Amino acid sequence: MAIPISYNLRNVVQRPWSTLATTVGIALVVAILIGAFALASGFQAALLESGSPSNLIALRTGADSEISSGIPREAANVLLALPDVASGPDGRPLASAEMVVLINQPRLGQSGSSNVTVRGIHPDALALRNQVTIVAGRLFAPGTDEVIVGQRISRRFAHCAIGDRLRFGQRDFTVVGHFTAGGAGFESEVWGDNAVLMPALDRQEAFQSVTFRMRDPSRFAALEKQLESDPRLGVEARTERAWYSEQSRMMTTIIRAGGILITLIMAIGAIFGAMNTMYAAVGQRTREIAVLLMLGFTPAAVMLSFLFESVLLALIGGALGCLLALPINGITTSTTNWSSFSEIAFAFRVTPVGMALGLGFAALMGVVGGFLPARLAARQSLAATLRGA
Amino acid sequence: MNLFSLVLVSLGRNKRRTILTMLSVVVALFLFCALRGVLDTLDASIKVSSEARLVTRNAISLIFPLPLSYRERLTAIPGVKSVAHANWFGGRDPVDPGNFYAQFAVDAPNYLPMYTSDIEIVAADRPQVETPVPPGIDPKLASFISERDACVVGERLFKRMKWKLGQQVPVSGTIFPGTWTFTIRAVYHAKNPAFGEEAMLFHWKYLSEKGMNGQGIVGWYVLELADPARAGDVIRSVDAMYANSAASTRTETERAFQAGFVSMYGNVPFLIGVIGLAVVFAILLVAANTMMMATRERTSEFGVMKTLGFDDGTIFRVVLAEAAIITLGGGALGALLAKLVIEGSGFNAGGLLPPMTVGWATVATGIGIAVLMGATSGLVPAWQASRLKIVEALRRPE
Repeated sequence: MAIPISYNLRNVVQRPWSTLATTVGIALVVAILIGAFALASGFQAALLESGSPSNLIALRTGADSEISSGIPREAANVLLALPDVASGPDGRPLASAEMVVLINQPRLGQSGSSNVTVRGIHPDALALRNQVTIVAGRLFAPGTDEVIVGQRISRRFAHCAIGDRLRFGQRDFTVVGHFTAGGAGFESEVWGDNAVLMPALDRQEAFQSVTFRMRDPSRFAALEKQLESDPRLGVEARTERAWYSEQSRMMTTIIRAGGILITLIMAIGAIFGAMNTMYAAVGQRTREIAVLLMLGFTPAAVMLSFLFESVLLALIGGALGCLLALPINGITTSTTNWSSFSEIAFAFRVTPVGMALGLGFAALMGVVGGFLPARLAARQSLAATLRGA
Repeated sequence: MNLFSLVLVSLGRNKRRTILTMLSVVVALFLFCALRGVLDTLDASIKVSSEARLVTRNAISLIFPLPLSYRERLTAIPGVKSVAHANWFGGRDPVDPGNFYAQFAVDAPNYLPMYTSDIEIVAADRPQVETPVPPGIDPKLASFISERDACVVGERLFKRMKWKLGQQVPVSGTIFPGTWTFTIRAVYHAKNPAFGEEAMLFHWKYLSEKGMNGQGIVGWYVLELADPARAGDVIRSVDAMYANSAASTRTETERAFQAGFVSMYGNVPFLIGVIGLAVVFAILLVAANTMMMATRERTSEFGVMKTLGFDDGTIFRVVLAEAAIITLGGGALGALLAKLVIEGSGFNAGGLLPPMTVGWATVATGIGIAVLMGATSGLVPAWQASRLKIVEALRRPE
């Protein structure tokens, strides 16, 4: 027969300070783990939101970022005229040949500078990227030296407020609006009209990428083969979703691996703390354990009971860790995505999976930390204990 | 009676607990110093960068090139000793695209002499034909200099990839399409860790001939100064010279250029700092809990000691000293371990960082934190123990 759970509950409450210190220690470990995963998820989400599975993106064969790609105008025209390009309600093709460059901009509120992506689009491209919403000011007027800035970077870089002027090459561009894009990486970019940006940045001959909505997304595989074997094009085709997932892979892996490494080391320290608490619990209750054994509870039941108590402590810590980590959800942070060499601002995203992982990890810490003390409790010799007491 | 031996006896009373607590402090300070080490490494990469060399790049950003034609005018600027140019190649390992290393196309005859104090050649193929090398270049590089498609690689990269001298290495171009093959003719060791040992250097001329249709497109220029004190003047004259041209320039010292890269990490250093503090706080709780348990168990003992004539101050000091020994011992061990293990293993976060360093300042900070931890965790229990009244202490059960 098992020892009632209420016995453990009362014991945990009996020693409030010790319980508190142990659980808060575990809570911090769990919070760091959830935080690291929230960082990785937020980063990944920002890039994945950028890519639709029904859009196809073409880049020069071998290019591993938009900036290292180049598609000559003639090739771009071939792509834009494909019968597989879907049309919008107004009959215009849902397609965009884009120029992508980086500009080095000073940061606001922090010293130094970083690379910001500037995307030259055809004004029609907004129909292709319908998640884009102007939240302040207005859209750039086609054919003018006006640009719009993604909301997430508008407060992180100099010269990005509405009315400010950004200088690229020998020309000044006026910021006329701020936009959001459903949390996508586009919110970390500056957009303007290709017809003006390309000559200003001396990029007349080639675009960096061509993106279009597929009339029939299920035909992607056939389309991929067709485009990649066309010698006039020299391009590789991917779904936009696959492309952005590729662009997020390196950083997400690094953040997750770093988070796990840090948490594992930190957990060792917390487990030692939990062991101390559990050894003390066993030590203080020597006589109680003897009584339990005398009442007929088996050593296995005693061990299970102490192990359960340790896991209970750890799970309280885990839950506390989840609560500690929750407020970071939505906080915006930024770093360079080394895959695209440009700054990306994104929000921490605390996910249910991350929290479940944190709780599972807490339980594991409880088991590891409680095992030796629980075994000690179960191995007590009845006679010796009672005599000693 | 010797107070110190009293402290030792108390610590030995529950050896398991003392050791477990010490170990958790070791782990905490190890992690704290390792995290601070990341920041140290970034800082160090700036500090060891030269102020005697300038980098001139396109004012818009590094991805915009400069014309090769700037070279002559740059060389003529007063205070400039020599000029070299280089390009980022951005190739990938065709076998394993996830295996990243940097490749630079450099104007070898001018570039290598600038870095003689930063790198040294540790292995090289002998040239098939005796060839003289340009002035200022290690004669061991004769084979590299005389061959069009030769390359020099960093020692760490060379060992990691298990390459051999004379081996042909394929690289897929991303910016310059196609498969390129380079022959390894020499291996360098970075005397200055900021230079890094994970790079491949090859001839800019080869890139220009094969990848740019002979056009002269330069990623950036490196300017060696005759007098570093005049850096400001040279920077101003270079940038003023090209202010109104199609490709205007931005010139800064190599150190400022490196700082620009570090600045690209954005909020990452801040996040690392926050995690470091959380680690310290978590273990502070463990240590405080231990000290509270240790004093609670000994309540009646303190009563006896007081009866024997130990005054409140002595009891206070004994408990505080116990806490200090645990945290200081664990902390010093953890901090030193971080320095030895991390620097010894040359950990470089998969090539994302230069080989990591943990500065002595960080070790000292870690030990300082350990002392603070000891004081904080021992204070309340010590105060409680010193305030105990004999009657109460002896009356308590157990």
